[in-house]
Amino acid sequence: MANQYAIDVQNISKRYGKQVLALDEISLHVHSGELFGLIGPDGAGKTTLIRILATLLLADSGQASVNGWDVRKDYKKIRSNVGYMPGRFSLYQDLSVEENLHFFATIFGTTIEENYELIREIYVQLEPFRTRKAGQLSGGMKQKLALCCALIHKPLVLFLDEPTTGVDAVSRQEFWEMLQRLRQKGITILVSTPYMDEASLCERVALIQKGRIMSIDTPANIVAGFDKPLLAVRTDNMYRLINDLRQFESTHSAYPFGDYAHLALNGPIWPEAVHAFLADKKHTGIEIKPAKATIEDSFMELMTKS
Amino acid sequence: MRTILFIIRKEFLQIFRNKVMLALIFLMPIIQLIILAHAADYEVKNINLHIVDHDLSQYSQRLISKFQASKNFILIGSSFTNQAAFDEIQKGEADLFLEIPVDFQRNLLRDKKAGLQLSVDAVNGVKAGLANAYATAIIQDFNAEIRAEAAGPAASQASLTIASSNWFNPELNYFTFMVPGILVLLVTLVGMFLSGMNIVKEKEIGTIEQINVTPIRKYQFIVGKLLPFWIIANIELAIGLTVGWLVFDIPFVGSLWLVFGFAAIYLLVVLGIGLFISTVTETQQQAMFIAWFFLIIFILMSGLFTPIESMPPWAQEITRFNPVAYFVEVMRMVLLKGSGVMDIQRHILVMLSYAMVVNGLAVWNYRKTS
Repeated sequence: MANQYAIDVQNISKRYGKQVLALDEISLHVHSGELFGLIGPDGAGKTTLIRILATLLLADSGQASVNGWDVRKDYKKIRSNVGYMPGRFSLYQDLSVEENLHFFATIFGTTIEENYELIREIYVQLEPFRTRKAGQLSGGMKQKLALCCALIHKPLVLFLDEPTTGVDAVSRQEFWEMLQRLRQKGITILVSTPYMDEASLCERVALIQKGRIMSIDTPANIVAGFDKPLLAVRTDNMYRLINDLRQFESTHSAYPFGDYAHLALNGPIWPEAVHAFLADKKHTGIEIKPAKATIEDSFMELMTKS
Repeated sequence: MRTILFIIRKEFLQIFRNKVMLALIFLMPIIQLIILAHAADYEVKNINLHIVDHDLSQYSQRLISKFQASKNFILIGSSFTNQAAFDEIQKGEADLFLEIPVDFQRNLLRDKKAGLQLSVDAVNGVKAGLANAYATAIIQDFNAEIRAEAAGPAASQASLTIASSNWFNPELNYFTFMVPGILVLLVTLVGMFLSGMNIVKEKEIGTIEQINVTPIRKYQFIVGKLLPFWIIANIELAIGLTVGWLVFDIPFVGSLWLVFGFAAIYLLVVLGIGLFISTVTETQQQAMFIAWFFLIIFILMSGLFTPIESMPPWAQEITRFNPVAYFVEVMRMVLLKGSGVMDIQRHILVMLSYAMVVNGLAVWNYRKTS
């Protein structure tokens, strides 16, 4: 039954106006205590799904439950038992760190002291800025405060909507470490992110694009599902390189990946053949090496398939 | 219940932290009250008079000195052509000119009849009407004088004397009836803007997202938002009445308890309207414009600046839905006349129903889920 999952989504659809289909018959489930990632680009429908689960938005059709409570009927239960961190910083900027935390603790009928253990590791970093107004914190500090406020009532399930967007690399890493520790404390976490590299930090992920789920699996399985030989190619002219690679007869796909172009091939081909092809096209500074597939490669692959 | 207290505490924390806002809430109305009370004076003094005296006779001199003696007129100049006088009006130097024709005195003595011409700049209709009335009164007075002289002391004429007395404001002191009214406007202004901006501010900044996923109930949120401003507006009224008493010496004939009792209900209406605006808008700018739309109508149709009785019937019907009109009337009735609860029971009942409807709408329209 539905109750065995911390989050259960069945055939949820949501339309904005007539044109935009934000979610198209989405189904997924998250196990209790799991760190689950919703991975997809901007506009994929991640925020819509999270807002439906956080009872802020009503779905047009389909069923969804959190900890066995229906998002429509038992929204009061859900609101008392989940933590939600919106993509946009939503705490009171004119209240201090301490006042924000205190306010959110009291309206959930608890105190900071009661659940201090849960937030201790995060809060110690905020402690020096206790009396500073939330609006004057740095981006990373704001995220930590928002996480503290979302955790202060000891929620069973935590919804994080793009928590690392606009946060520096170091803070991002710290943030994910915090999530890992929270998971160990038994909190179910649903996190959305547009950063593909963060997918590998989740236990399972759903790759979502244009309101549809393309794949749900562990990051390892998703990467393993990428069965084409993959080469990382670099020359002095990146733009021309991509265009030319797409002309190559054995090319399955070619797209930019950092400083390199990832080239997926139909069947095994010697790198020398690619080198010869590029040299023939008057490319200079050619560098070719085998590459390991990543979530991003799988994502691009799934996107072209659908 | 405790949740409401927590919200109220948070609101006060935010209000008192915002020093600019605090100054606006408490200082601005006092300054406005003092300035507006002096400015909203219907008596027109200092009307600039220009004279064209073609006669230069004893009578014309007497008439001119009568104008000079009046506190309403200032003689700013004289000339001998109408054109020069028109130019003065054109330039805005003179508000009206009086033309005394040639042979004014001779015609009066010989034909018992003479004409005068008054030309008034009617760009400001109210001022023109009053200037005309004052001037006419002075001329009539002059007329009566010379008639009495001509008839001689022996002849007595039958005449009516009217003795009038102004009740509740014997000296027709305009402070007495304007200050309580202006005070109503200021309290309304502060109340409606503060509440109107409040929920919408949470929407604009995004804090409402976080609040909406908490177990806070709708009514708790609305009450928690309303009460702080209700308290502030009441304090504001108390300060305003103190200023009115100290600075303008307005009378307190009736019970102050009644004034505050009525204000308590009235403020529920005003704050309710503000909150309702807050729930139907998305940005503070939208809320501001809608609040202004209602405030302008409420203020100009409140009976403070123009009597409701002089409005066309359809406009009078509209004022029945104007809470400001009720409070202005109640303030004047209680403070000046000493009216009691029974005298204003209709007002109380209307405000109570109004408060219930408006706040009901606000709670109903505030949705936590979209």
